[in-house]
Amino acid sequence: MAASPVLPKLVGQRVKRREDPRLIQGGATYVDDVKIAGMQYVQFKRSDIAHGRIRSIDVSAAREMEGVEAVFTGKDIAAMLKPLPIGTPFTSPPHYAVAIDAVRYGGEAVAVVVASDRYVARDAADAIVVDYEPLPAVIDPELAMQGKPTVIYPDFPNNLSVPLISSGTGVHGSTVDDSAIDKAFAAAEVVVRQRMHNHRLAPSAMEPRGVVAHWEPSKGFMTIWSSTQNPHILRTMIAGMLDVGESQIRAIAPEVGGGFGAKINIYPEEYVVAAVSKRLGLPLKWIEERSEAFVATTHGRGIIGYLEMAARKDGRVTGVKLRLIADIGAYNMLLTAAIPTLTMMMANATYDFPAIRTTLTEVFTNKTPTDAYRGAGRPEATYFIERGMDLLARELNMDPAELRRRNFIAKDRFPFHTQTGAVYDSGDYEKALDAALTAADWEGLKKQREAMRSDGRIVGLGLAMYVEVCGMGPSAALPSTGGWEHSQVTVERDGRITATTGVSPHGQGNETTFAQMLADQFGVPLEHVTILHGDTGVVKQGIGTFGSRSQAVGGTALHMAGTKVKTKMAKFAAAMLEAHEDDIVFENGEVMVKGAPASAKKFSEIASFAYVPIPLPEGMEPGLSDEAFFEPSNNTYPFGCHIVMLEIDRETGEPKLLKVVAVDDAGNLINPLIVEGQIHGGLAQGIGQAMIEEVVYGEDGQLLTGSFMDYALPRAIDFPHFELHATVTPTPVNPLGAKGVGEAGTLGSTPAMVAAASDALGVPHVDMMLRPEKLWRIIQAQGGQHGSEQEGGRP
Amino acid sequence: MAQISVTVNGKTRRAHVEPRTLLVHFLREQLNLTGTHIGCDTSQCGACTVLIDGRSAKACTVFAVQVDGSSITTIEGLATGDRLHPLQEGFWEEHGLQCGYCTPGMIMAAVNLLADNPAPTEQEIREGISGNFCRCTGYQHIVSAVQHAAGKK
Repeated sequence: MAASPVLPKLVGQRVKRREDPRLIQGGATYVDDVKIAGMQYVQFKRSDIAHGRIRSIDVSAAREMEGVEAVFTGKDIAAMLKPLPIGTPFTSPPHYAVAIDAVRYGGEAVAVVVASDRYVARDAADAIVVDYEPLPAVIDPELAMQGKPTVIYPDFPNNLSVPLISSGTGVHGSTVDDSAIDKAFAAAEVVVRQRMHNHRLAPSAMEPRGVVAHWEPSKGFMTIWSSTQNPHILRTMIAGMLDVGESQIRAIAPEVGGGFGAKINIYPEEYVVAAVSKRLGLPLKWIEERSEAFVATTHGRGIIGYLEMAARKDGRVTGVKLRLIADIGAYNMLLTAAIPTLTMMMANATYDFPAIRTTLTEVFTNKTPTDAYRGAGRPEATYFIERGMDLLARELNMDPAELRRRNFIAKDRFPFHTQTGAVYDSGDYEKALDAALTAADWEGLKKQREAMRSDGRIVGLGLAMYVEVCGMGPSAALPSTGGWEHSQVTVERDGRITATTGVSPHGQGNETTFAQMLADQFGVPLEHVTILHGDTGVVKQGIGTFGSRSQAVGGTALHMAGTKVKTKMAKFAAAMLEAHEDDIVFENGEVMVKGAPASAKKFSEIASFAYVPIPLPEGMEPGLSDEAFFEPSNNTYPFGCHIVMLEIDRETGEPKLLKVVAVDDAGNLINPLIVEGQIHGGLAQGIGQAMIEEVVYGEDGQLLTGSFMDYALPRAIDFPHFELHATVTPTPVNPLGAKGVGEAGTLGSTPAMVAAASDALGVPHVDMMLRPEKLWRIIQAQGGQHGSEQEGGRP
Repeated sequence: MAQISVTVNGKTRRAHVEPRTLLVHFLREQLNLTGTHIGCDTSQCGACTVLIDGRSAKACTVFAVQVDGSSITTIEGLATGDRLHPLQEGFWEEHGLQCGYCTPGMIMAAVNLLADNPAPTEQEIREGISGNFCRCTGYQHIVSAVQHAAGKK
């Protein structure tokens, strides 16, 4: 037998993506590409005021229009759907999918039109007349906490959704002992204080949301396509709301054009389209317009932080207090209430704080609800704490890198139990810092900055560390859904491998990375592995893609299922080759007895025997397919260091990013090319937040940034070339040693940007976003000069 | 209803359209060419970019009746048989896409860019694709993809 070429190991290689051929040729199927005979279109009539009572709704003109199948008001929908469920344990006011007697944010749905054509549906929605009695809009969360200008829900005094929860030093269940914190601040040699705002953002996946629901009455079965990150959760929730069995629903996430956390939530539109399809017995399609997405898709962030840090003169932090106020908008959605709790948990950052206390209040306002957005609670924590470290460094006249170094959790202290409830799995923060300082040439950059300043330019440097919680699970951390992941691996009759995964990629490239893993595990070519996902009719179980969990949790489930099948395959091979299964090896697409290449059997030969086992080896079942659920024992905690250099135009105040260096440690990497793409995307969103993105509401509750004309999504010209580097600290939490990388870029880049702007202007802190007008005013207040203080005032 | 005759990806199509029908809806709904996407409603995002008589245009900003007699190229018509267009190859080789939603429009915009400037600098590429949003990639690998394609020309 001719020797087969040796297959290269693929894990760790820059393998180009297997998803791409369909995507670069227009062959992918997104929700709006799904067409079903007889399909009708849904349009939502939305509130154009932020807060008010509905006096009346007149749908008569809409109903009479040619092509209109049906029109439903909130009362009609309430007869089909209970108030929406949430995934957190907090009490919440009833949230109807379509408003009944009051609207609480601009864009809330008030009526539903079904029509033969999307243009007709839009015309009909425009013909609906709603008479409102306007109420004052609650916009500022800190005024809202005083019940001003009004109270949105009578049962929630002072608009408090979550009145107060605490974590950290001296918090024991529901009791708090302030003595350790008080002692730290009483003994402090230096204290810094700062109010900061991590402002609201619009997630803005390029594909807006969309749903197609098809209830087939004679089968008692629904197929629902949705642009979602988690079709299995969708199936569970829709089944619960329609009061049918989960086995009566097939939920499909077809090609999904980005999610960034905003497509985790199960939305009113998904429930309504499903319920109305069931009511009418018709296939229905709803596709979100972008201007709808700005009001109807959850926003991210929106947290105010009051930070106090106590320290010794040598830079050692002795105590941290962080009081958080989350502006959650008008309703609790699936995970709304949980996101800011991640800010509490991750406020420990990369530091060994002797005492830390975080408190959190969540406040209702007349705005679009918030929920997960890339980073989801951790960028907020990173921003507040890293800015605090910079304030201390400035106060102590110390290099910000050196101050951080003095406070790191040492690398020999992992697993590290933080006082805010996390158990950091592994870390070497000093290594990441040093890698970044070297890669960026920190000392050289400082010299460059001084040279540019002597030319009259306004230039600053910023550095930030981050640690984030990824690999979501375990189930205790996700009590509403479970935190495991599932996979089924099958060696088909022809010897090729098909695997399903419960994660639901929408740009992350798991069809490639997971195929790399199985190709290596079985010793077969990449082309012989197919990864299926995103369809509850094909993938038996799953949780979904969020919280940077695909590789760490989904990848491990895949590996476990692969191991089971490989073991069984070895047994069949052993029976065929009359050898012991321990002596069976898998190499180059063949299975053989170790050291006896002449014994090699092709995968197809073993599979033929496994599926037609004559005779069936004793104690075995036919077939080569098995599944695994992986429940992680802990989260993973990737970390890194981001450095930026930024210049501010003296005449216009416009910030320009000159340099970005990112060192990220995500543990072991399966595909560095894909990891780079993930980090680039995260950096762009983190820098975008610092520099140009901001959701802005007027005092009347009108969204002022309701389209891409007003909400500044970053363009290619907004960024320089990102310089990426990695350190590798594997996690012990899973056998792959992989931590997760989807969100990392949004954590360090944002505070680094703000640090650089503050440094450039020579001020302690300029809050995000770095609006040119704001920066220009600071320059003007300095008499057009900047940073005129002595050099020692800055690092 | 108005009658139009348009050459789309080399094939002449005759159709009746409402005067208000957008070109992007005509392509997607009537011709079933769903590779051209819709990402906004204000002509900012560029997901719907196609070539009209060889020049890139946002198909959400053009009525179908306006292209009567024109020649349109969409992403489905870019490859030559089994041979990918250099930009399609570039996007694949350089990981110039993640979710893929902006990709067809981004590629069509880049076709126009390279037609005007066959050897653009990085800054010229960044400027040239700034009519198109991508939320996934941070644009860096898209720049590499365009450079890859330019190198092949």
